[in-house]
Amino acid sequence: MTTPTPDAEKLLLVLTEQLRPALKPDTALVGIHTGGVWVAQRLHSLLDLQVPLGTIDVAFYRDDYAHRGLNANVRPSDISFDVAGRDIVLVDDVLYTGRTIRAAMNEIFDYGRPGKVMLAALVDRGGRQLPISPQFLGATLPVADDERIVLSRAGDGRLHLAIESRSQEGDGR
Amino acid sequence: MNLHLRGGRVIDPASGGDRRQDVFVSGGCIAALGQAPAGFRADRIIDAAGLVVCPGLVDLSVRVREPGEEHRATLESELAAAVAGGVTALCCPPDTDPPLDEPGLVEMLKHRARSLQLARLFPVGAATRGLRGERLTEMAELTDAGCVAFSQADFALADHQVLLRTLQYAGTFGYSLWLRPQDAALGRGGVAHDGQVATRLGLAPVPVAAETVALATILRLTEGTGARVHLCRLSSAEAVEMVRQAKAKGLDVTADVSANHLHLSEMDIGYFDSNCNVVPPLRDARDREALRRGLADGTIDVLCSDHTPVDDDAKQLPFGEAAPGASGVELLLPLTLKWAEQAKVPLPSALARVTLQPARLLGLDSGRIEVGAPADLCLFDPQARWTVGHDTLHSQGKNTPFYGLEMTGRALFTVVAGSIVHELRS
Amino acid sequence: MTRNPQLGDKGELRHLLTTEGLPREILLRILDTARSFLSVTEREIKKVPLLRGKAVFNLFFEPSTRTRTTFEIAAKRLSADVINLSIGTSSQSKGETLLDTVANLSAMHADMFVVRHAQSGAAHLIAQHAAPHIHVINAGDGRHAHPTQALLDMFTIRHYKQEFQGLRVAIVGDVLHSRVARSQIHALTTLGVAEVRVVAPRTLLPNHVSELGVQVFHDMREALADVDVVMMLRLQNERMGGALLPSAHEYFKTYGLTPEKLAVASPDAIVMHPGPMNRGVEIDSMVADGRQSVILPQVTFGIAVRMAVMSILAGSAP
Repeated sequence: MTTPTPDAEKLLLVLTEQLRPALKPDTALVGIHTGGVWVAQRLHSLLDLQVPLGTIDVAFYRDDYAHRGLNANVRPSDISFDVAGRDIVLVDDVLYTGRTIRAAMNEIFDYGRPGKVMLAALVDRGGRQLPISPQFLGATLPVADDERIVLSRAGDGRLHLAIESRSQEGDGR
Repeated sequence: MNLHLRGGRVIDPASGGDRRQDVFVSGGCIAALGQAPAGFRADRIIDAAGLVVCPGLVDLSVRVREPGEEHRATLESELAAAVAGGVTALCCPPDTDPPLDEPGLVEMLKHRARSLQLARLFPVGAATRGLRGERLTEMAELTDAGCVAFSQADFALADHQVLLRTLQYAGTFGYSLWLRPQDAALGRGGVAHDGQVATRLGLAPVPVAAETVALATILRLTEGTGARVHLCRLSSAEAVEMVRQAKAKGLDVTADVSANHLHLSEMDIGYFDSNCNVVPPLRDARDREALRRGLADGTIDVLCSDHTPVDDDAKQLPFGEAAPGASGVELLLPLTLKWAEQAKVPLPSALARVTLQPARLLGLDSGRIEVGAPADLCLFDPQARWTVGHDTLHSQGKNTPFYGLEMTGRALFTVVAGSIVHELRS
Repeated sequence: MTRNPQLGDKGELRHLLTTEGLPREILLRILDTARSFLSVTEREIKKVPLLRGKAVFNLFFEPSTRTRTTFEIAAKRLSADVINLSIGTSSQSKGETLLDTVANLSAMHADMFVVRHAQSGAAHLIAQHAAPHIHVINAGDGRHAHPTQALLDMFTIRHYKQEFQGLRVAIVGDVLHSRVARSQIHALTTLGVAEVRVVAPRTLLPNHVSELGVQVFHDMREALADVDVVMMLRLQNERMGGALLPSAHEYFKTYGLTPEKLAVASPDAIVMHPGPMNRGVEIDSMVADGRQSVILPQVTFGIAVRMAVMSILAGSAP
């Protein structure tokens, strides 16, 4: 069962406007697989950034590996710019416990020592387990524990948000 | 002790007889069949209804591991295993430590076996000293000590001149030579049949030619020596055919096969099951079929267990390092029955391969059920199902490819010289 | 026959013992995961925290500095603790059996054994007897299998050729004694290449090699015609000068990979070798160092592939 939710396309525009004044010419966006990369790709094009988009898959940094094993569909992280000294905006779709962001920050630091790391999220569903807070946020969207927020992408690249009841245990985000 | 075996299905491989009748045992011999002899008083009456009464099994190859390898098995444990399997007489090959090349060793073994009063033990002496294939043993002395034949066990006789002289010398006195055809060089280092399994698993191969080349040599050298040659543990279709032709030509040879080779093939090695590391190696399905046919048509005279108990430390090793051999004296009966059923061989005929035929080879007058014959008997339940495992095997060696499998047919009573030496308590 | 001992109840990879019988999906998953690890090896800090706190024991019953080092690097890049044990056959003959050794090491809280042994089936034996939480990686057992080498070879082929479908692959040399060749053949046939050829004199081919699904050749020029991948095998020195081969010189003349022999292969054919190479015996330096050689990238890929295998195994619950 799904219930109507905020329009992801509108939230993208909200984020774009928040980000624009904060960006320096060499600021880089890094999307977190999978939804975060979709959001970051859209932001990258809406903001017309010059630095190539970075993507990371935090599978190798997750703190639940011991319980869940390695994700079967891990993709290569791709950061083709020099991280050292650079401002970086991590981009995720749904901000939840904060553990994914922690893993992503750890991975970023293994590429080098960035100047500043910021966080952009399309929606924040609350439920943080770590002291992490976004600098750029589309909307706050509290949902019940047994629900999850799902971002999907249409063929034309347009994004769509939906709330679904969980069929199984959450992924700890 | 007088025994009355009442109402059993009595199978006599010698006459082919297969009928329900009572058997009366007295003075260590079969005293009467059907009607009790005059004045017979039974010390014990055994209700044999539903059981088969047949001659005790005679197993041509049972390693008792004495002397020298008591950590693997002892005379006590293996003779107990034998009678539990319905085996009343067995031959032990000379590959002990030291090998059976001295009369004293043979006498000691015979003496110890007699005192245990279980199965009858017939040692096979070493054909060459230390089984080294160089110098002949004192065959006459060893015969006097109790050896029934001479062999090299699994040690190949590499030097053809020594082989010829061994055949000539044994032939002079009419001694039997039991030889396993095995070329010393062709199978060197090999642990598995040179087939698809060895190819897949990367196991060092033993080609069929290792058997056939040696067999051709033995057959050719035997002619004219007068030696009575018995060929042990045939493993390939080609070897069966060669023996068939040699017999057709009138050469006086006999042959046996092990129950492992009758029922298993290289495929049973699975994922390196070292219990399937046996000598000669398990070959392919075509070979197995030829062995089964050869045993059925009489090309192969005898079926034996080639019982080889191995301790866990020596077996739980990578396949190629594991000590070869399989425990099997307790499986000979059910595996004979299984073959008989699968190959549609009548029971009297099938049982002859493990009773009458080996008894004849040894010159024993057991292996038959007739008045006056020794009362070496096996009473088995042909329907009894049991699982091969630590609890059911009496042998100290639990190493068998059949471990964990269900068997049909089990000896309930074993009688040697008129005495009950094994009784399965339920 | 019992079920495949490398797979768990749900078909998940519990041990990596051989490429034989592994489903295509598992092979591809290892290759996909390795691709992600390859990007890790290009970073400033070539290390991820996945196996932090895990103990990986390198059990080398047969010496091999090279293979042991690649596993050690892979484990360390996954943040595992690595314990190297070179167990000569001498300490085995002092009375402790292989399984005693394994039981003792299990008690030291090992999580993973990387096993190299001179006997075929040793890794299977250890996997069958190790505590249930321990994962076993076969780093080469006798003539049987060397699955991580074969997987890094598959990774290399995929890297340069993208697809396995339609490829013609020739494996050249001592297939008889080669665990690498056996693992390559099973992996290639499972991944669906068009044709696997083996080429060697009859003394260096197993009797039933064609039953592994390969075409058998004895002539290099016929075997290499139009192939896309040439996989050379190492020829052990002890095979020389006996009854298997008369001499290294004659082997090079007949089966050594020279530019002339390679010329009949597809123009963009790649040349691979598991190392260490015998230059002038199985391969000419002109080819080993030539434009078609991918021998050095193989080594780099080997670390990523071993990281992938270790992380997939360590993440599968007992």
